[in-house]
Amino acid sequence: MKRWDVVVVLVALAVAGGLYFSGLLRADTPGGVAVVYVNGVEKARLSLLQDTEYRVETEHGYNIVVVKDGKAEIIDADCPDKICVNHKPISFRKESITCLPHKVVVEIEGGNENSVDAVVQ
Amino acid sequence: MRKKVAYYGIFAALSILMGYVEAIIPVPLPVPGIKLGLSNVIVLLALYVMGTKEAFYISIIRVFISALLFRGFLGFWYSMAGAFLSYIVMVLAMKSDKMSTIGVSVLGGIFHNLGQIAVAIIILGRTVVVYLVPVLMVSGVATGFAIGVVASYCTKYLQNRI
Ligand SMILES: [Zn+2]
Repeated sequence: MKRWDVVVVLVALAVAGGLYFSGLLRADTPGGVAVVYVNGVEKARLSLLQDTEYRVETEHGYNIVVVKDGKAEIIDADCPDKICVNHKPISFRKESITCLPHKVVVEIEGGNENSVDAVVQ
Repeated sequence: MRKKVAYYGIFAALSILMGYVEAIIPVPLPVPGIKLGLSNVIVLLALYVMGTKEAFYISIIRVFISALLFRGFLGFWYSMAGAFLSYIVMVLAMKSDKMSTIGVSVLGGIFHNLGQIAVAIIILGRTVVVYLVPVLMVSGVATGFAIGVVASYCTKYLQNRI
């Protein structure tokens, strides 16, 4: 270990910590909302307080987003890998489900942070 | 270094093996395709015991072959961006002669992850994944540190033999 090794590690951790705690990178919207994006474009905002079903049509296929009991999940899709369908329901701020083949992202904005995940991640 | 071709083969094979290990380790992030960057250890070793040009070739071979074998098209772009960025940063850090293998490796780890997140931002088209930057920086430091320690032992051993 040389002096610069220590400098590199400390600077990197300080920058990461600064970014994390500054909240610069956080999407802040009051109230838990599942936001549906297709190809980066916002398509729908579904309040987690209200059970709903929303069908996303993309040029590659469809995804069905369901909000139930304060959680959002993708219950069906015709994508090849089904990663999005198998993803567990999300409810905490910053959690997201991604369907890469369809370029669909469902992300939770606002609401509560999952304090356990925030540390473990 | 007369047996250059043989060493290329060995290093490429080892890095592909690491690619396999990576492929079976799940990364608990909401962006599929992002990987830890363990194969950087081979590129790092190649940098020190073979040379910058050789390490570059091995890195490229690794990206193409592991994309074909385990990662597919999207994985290829994550892997490519991560490998390219970390390679450049590691070469610069090594040439600066200011730090040991560990510092070089930590920088490589950080930029490997930043390269992947850059691709995720391009693919997903929005800042959905930007909040992962600090998480990935810390994980880059951790992976880079571990790899650097391993590599510093290996280089001591290898430099007298290759
Ligand atoms: Zn899907």
